Amino acid sequence: MKYAGLLVMPAGFFLSIAALVLFPAPVPQAAFVLCGLAVECLGLVVAVRAHMEARGESRP
Amino acid sequence: MNSQAALPITEATFALTLALLLLAPLAIAGVAFINTGLGRSRSAAQTLLGGLAILAASAIVFALIGATWAGSAGAAGHTFQVAGKPWDWLGKGPLLLSGLSAAPAHSQLALLFEFMAVAMAALIPWGSGADRLRLSAGCAIAAVLAAVVFPLLTHWVWADGWLAQLGVNFSLGAGFLDGSGAATVHVLGGLSALAVVWITGPRTGKFPKEGLSTALPGHNAVYVLFGCLLALVGWLAWNVAGAVLWLHAPLSALPVTAVNTLLSASGALAATFTVTRIRFGKPDASMCANGWLAGLVASCACAGVVTPAESFFVGLVAGIATPLLVELLELALSIDDPSGAITVHAVGGLWGLLAAGIFAPQPGQLVAQLVGIATLLGLVLPLVYFLFRLLDRVVAFRVDPDGERIGMDLHELGGGAYPEFVIHRDESYR
Repeated sequence: MKYAGLLVMPAGFFLSIAALVLFPAPVPQAAFVLCGLAVECLGLVVAVRAHMEARGESRP
Repeated sequence: MNSQAALPITEATFALTLALLLLAPLAIAGVAFINTGLGRSRSAAQTLLGGLAILAASAIVFALIGATWAGSAGAAGHTFQVAGKPWDWLGKGPLLLSGLSAAPAHSQLALLFEFMAVAMAALIPWGSGADRLRLSAGCAIAAVLAAVVFPLLTHWVWADGWLAQLGVNFSLGAGFLDGSGAATVHVLGGLSALAVVWITGPRTGKFPKEGLSTALPGHNAVYVLFGCLLALVGWLAWNVAGAVLWLHAPLSALPVTAVNTLLSASGALAATFTVTRIRFGKPDASMCANGWLAGLVASCACAGVVTPAESFFVGLVAGIATPLLVELLELALSIDDPSGAITVHAVGGLWGLLAAGIFAPQPGQLVAQLVGIATLLGLVLPLVYFLFRLLDRVVAFRVDPDGERIGMDLHELGGGAYPEFVIHRDESYR
């Protein structure tokens, strides 16, 4: 799951970059960049949760 | 940072910036002391020697490989076209620093700055891996950062790369602003620290099966607080030199940059002092040190572009967030980060970058900063994690259990840092 989370994060980055190219108007551009960041945060949350579960299983 | 074609600088500016850059290693020394103090007594010599070794490894690898890829402002880079816009993604500098003495003054100073920056970035994850990260692994991590990740990021931000060109190509303010390395040094270092902690795992006994995590306090609060004082001197020099080199600030703007740096750190210390006093009844020395450092880190991004009042506010927020996040990471997320680098450098740096966007006067600056933050989180963190995962297969990051039990000093160096002192028994191995 950690890998899945980390692979979602570049998707958010490309969404942010796509916003620059696709939306010249400032408001939709900013909204899409924020969406990209939200996707990255989602990926980070998945990665962190996977780390917590792995730690829970390996506690002595 | 619009096009940063190497500007001619006067002799006075050259001399001042060079003098400041010669003081900047004090920031590295400060962080090395903080890392050592926050670790355990039986790993103290290994931690401080590791700081030196990492500085050396990063300098050698950056000179051999990294400086070529980082390139310099005003020089051509590797570019591709998307939607009619140029995306400069990799530098094309001279090999092995050839022709450095004949390079423009700005390029020479920029390269010196980058040598300091790469050493600092590589030192940050070393503190997070304290007490279980092997010395050879620390040097290998420094080499990977200096050869691959730091040059890429440096080129994008400081050498006319695509992030610096966001203002020119997409009318986003002045492009991505990073006055003194909040992104290229601190967020990179902090995210590398997260990757290292994920890969090495916690110190033995840190998270027992039953109950809360075990407290493993730093062994020397004096080192930690002395490191903070050293760091202040280095940071003042670092931020002012960065303002000259990367923001092209006039000499008259430099005192304000220094005042902003001091105010940000002071606001952060005041906030952490208050928060820990309210939460624990007394102020916590190591947490206050982390708060102070978080204020300095946040100032890296914005000291050159905000007013003193705004800088104080930036520090205040960093200082409030630091103790809360350190607790969250340890207690809720099972992340064992002895030096607090993930909170201090990654989160502090990200907050500074965001604050620069919020307070900068240019329209579109906030979006430019958000794109930079998206790059750091979405591209740099996965890249660093996967590179370190591969590296861990070649040079094992974590010491064996016996080595961790007897301490990194005895295991890796054959002698302790404090041979005349009796080391108390280890509570974590009951």
